[in-house]
Amino acid sequence: MKIIIIGCGKVGVTLAEQLVEENHDVVLVDESPAQLQEVPETIDALTILGNGASVVTQMEAGVKSADILIAVTGSDELNLLCCLIAKKAGRCQTIARVRNPVYSEEIGFIKESLGISMIINPEFTTATEIARLLRFPSAIKIDTFAKGRVELLKFRVKPEFNLNEVAVSSLQEQLKCDVLVSGVERGDEVHIPNGDFVLRDGDLVSIIASPQNAAKFFQKIGLKTNQVKNCMIVGGGKIGFYLAKQLVDMKIQVRIVEKSKERCERLSELLPGAMVLQGDGTDRKLLIEEGLERTEAFVTLTNMDEENILLSLFAKDQTSAKLITKVNRISFDHLIDRLDLGSVIYPKYLTADYILQYVRAMQNSIGSNVETLYHILDKRAEALEFSIHENSSVVGIPLMDIELKDNLLIGCINRHGKIRIPRGHDMIQVGDTVIVVTTQKGLNDIEDILKK
Amino acid sequence: MLEEMAVCRSGMEETMNYSIIGYIIGWVLNLEAGLMVPALVTALIYREKAGWAFLLAMLLCLLIGLPLTVRKPKNRIFYTKEGFVTVALCWIAMSIMGALPFWFSGEIPSLIDAIFETVSGFTTTGASILNDVEALSKCMLFWRSFTHWVGGMGVLVFLLAVLPMVGGSQMNLMKAESPGPTVSRLVPKVKSTAKILYEIYIGMTVLEIILLLLGGMPVFDALTTAFGTAGTGGFGIKNDSIAGYSVYIQVVVTIFMILFGVNFNIYYLILIGKIRQSTKNEEVRWYFGIIGAAILLITFDIYHLYGSVGKAVQQSAFQVATIITTTGYSTTDFNLWPQASRTILVILMFVGACAGSTGGGIKVSRLLILFKTVKKELHQFLHPRNVTKVKIDGKTVEHEVVRQTNVFLVAYVMIFAISVLLISIDEKDLITNFTAVAATFNNIGPGLELVGPASNFSIFSNPVKMVLTFDMLAGRLEIFPMLLLFVRDTWRKF
Repeated sequence: MKIIIIGCGKVGVTLAEQLVEENHDVVLVDESPAQLQEVPETIDALTILGNGASVVTQMEAGVKSADILIAVTGSDELNLLCCLIAKKAGRCQTIARVRNPVYSEEIGFIKESLGISMIINPEFTTATEIARLLRFPSAIKIDTFAKGRVELLKFRVKPEFNLNEVAVSSLQEQLKCDVLVSGVERGDEVHIPNGDFVLRDGDLVSIIASPQNAAKFFQKIGLKTNQVKNCMIVGGGKIGFYLAKQLVDMKIQVRIVEKSKERCERLSELLPGAMVLQGDGTDRKLLIEEGLERTEAFVTLTNMDEENILLSLFAKDQTSAKLITKVNRISFDHLIDRLDLGSVIYPKYLTADYILQYVRAMQNSIGSNVETLYHILDKRAEALEFSIHENSSVVGIPLMDIELKDNLLIGCINRHGKIRIPRGHDMIQVGDTVIVVTTQKGLNDIEDILKK
Repeated sequence: MLEEMAVCRSGMEETMNYSIIGYIIGWVLNLEAGLMVPALVTALIYREKAGWAFLLAMLLCLLIGLPLTVRKPKNRIFYTKEGFVTVALCWIAMSIMGALPFWFSGEIPSLIDAIFETVSGFTTTGASILNDVEALSKCMLFWRSFTHWVGGMGVLVFLLAVLPMVGGSQMNLMKAESPGPTVSRLVPKVKSTAKILYEIYIGMTVLEIILLLLGGMPVFDALTTAFGTAGTGGFGIKNDSIAGYSVYIQVVVTIFMILFGVNFNIYYLILIGKIRQSTKNEEVRWYFGIIGAAILLITFDIYHLYGSVGKAVQQSAFQVATIITTTGYSTTDFNLWPQASRTILVILMFVGACAGSTGGGIKVSRLLILFKTVKKELHQFLHPRNVTKVKIDGKTVEHEVVRQTNVFLVAYVMIFAISVLLISIDEKDLITNFTAVAATFNNIGPGLELVGPASNFSIFSNPVKMVLTFDMLAGRLEIFPMLLLFVRDTWRKF
């Protein structure tokens, strides 16, 4: 597909990188020559200098033949204008990033009356993601498939689970619940395990299961499965606000620590159900006084990455609470992952991932049948959801008779809403959606899972 | 992300990604073996024994090329540094392998001469060391002309169009090989851009072949002449170059030389229907303006030699086209022309064709930037606080590009001066030396006096030929890729 991205910030570039890798024709537009120069040379895309909302620039970028236009500049109004112009100048779908809470409450109206296909609010998206993690604190990361009927959960194996030296194949007998180990990260290595694979303490394990089965699984190995009862948030910015609001709705007790007096007053007006504390989040005494040791979840959302990481490290030392750390800069993510901070949230990745999901879904309608795609296991593997529309060489054959590519696993079959973790005798049928986990990139069709 | 970091780390251990450089050189050699097939077929058609030389050379190419390309390198990260070094090394490797058939067959007995001839071919210079071209076998003549066609648009551009190269910065390869101050993509993907360029190139070449055949030219002559025109090379297959052919053929060649000197982006714009935009290109307008003015002046100057306006226009147009597009065919010995005409031609040697064409020289767009920079500086003297920008086609030329253009000119002058100094050891007169460097560095072919259209480069000694060979490569790749090979930092760890 032909995709125009307006705004070459981090999100724009992350998107371009991924879309080029997925073999789309990408045109990047930005008003600042310096910004365009920052676009890495390794991205095989056309760059155009100009105001993205100008028709001339859009024409130059080829809006007439474009399929999607994504506006991710720093300004909400400019993004919306870009989309409006593109709608009139071409026939493409449009995606805008809009972060002002005033607009985001009117998203429905804006989308419908302005004809914009998708509006993404990064802060809201981030807050939703964090809320999801707090609902299920044992998992470090949760991705959903099949409209939420299947989840891919990541957790770390601890000695008290008694999973050390347990083979993946005996897991099912031992625990009697239907889950599939789809990936294991051990140090720098990434494995897509087969039945003989042996788990060890300290592994980061990803499992595929329905939410009920996942809960059962965690209960059996002795992990907390209930949502947290209370939560402490440091930083009362936009994400903090959206998050607090969602948590209050989930009946979770919320304490927000925010430095600015003015902002605190505003927050307390907006969030009657939450306790707003004015003070410096890095004040150790304040945190301990307000019950850091007893909190079940601790979320750091200040604007300083360093502060967030430091706070989480401190909290890790003090409590066994679920930790969630927001990190803006994405350059050192693998180092941060090694600090073992629990869940780390990168709003920029999230925004890019959401937009990518939309683009992929759009591509389905014109050929490839990937429904959803997640990067998992440190971005070194992908979990893809395929929908099976027609007969193909994988349909109707018991899975044990299909010769699959190496490092590839069929994670789950969704047959009319019923989720089954496939075993050797199961077959894929027309109408199913199938989740495949693999380190092989660039799968476009269900037949690509076959060894060639 | 982690993968990237791992790559960075391994990149630190080895300053340069040698595996990818080797991989690409390997592919270039494989490709070269393939490119020799038409010459081999020619040998079969004319039942020439020299064909075995091609077989042997192809075998050698594959012998080196195939092992280098068996395994895809894991690390595909490719920075500007690798791009430039790869292109320079590829051209050197390609020239050496391309020289082998001449040498093996004994038709050019000296290896240095054979390399000179091949480099002259690939760089589309067209300077020859052969006294009697017609003595070569047909397959050698074919290969000589075919190297022009291959070198014109570039081997790596071709490779980019056909080789699936995932990841890596392919733009760097294209930047290093394509002429001009900036290289623009026609479409988002480098691969598609390269494909479009080659499609236009092939299309125009075929058109010229057809037109030449219609003029009654023999097939072999039409093919070789078209290859020489398309690459703006200039190897003729006759001792008198194009002079022996009919006026119709000379006119066709004149027109196509000028067309191949135009920025190919223009043809793309015409193809996608943006005709009005294509006529607005400042560089191309200046290019045609310079050609027109030069033809007019020379016609006026040489009128008395030919006696008829038609003949004078035809001769001056051909010579102007051949020099400004840096082709190097000739229909007359312009060495015998009046001084004013000779001087105009020498100046045109430096102007060169448009950026993004197959021609050489400094390029009209660079001169345009330089000219406008001078104008701007002058303006600055009058109004010291005035803030202006250099603009081309109504768009601001970024400071970076202006700076690079200035540096290019400085490097150009320096190499030029050093080359003239070095080749003076042969005790030839200054005009010969000066135009010999101008003709090779700008990838033209003939110069004046002893290297005029009626003579050739065989008069020089071996060391001088090597200097000129370097000049041809440096000129074709626009200096910097070749110079980088000699910078110590390029090869140093960390």
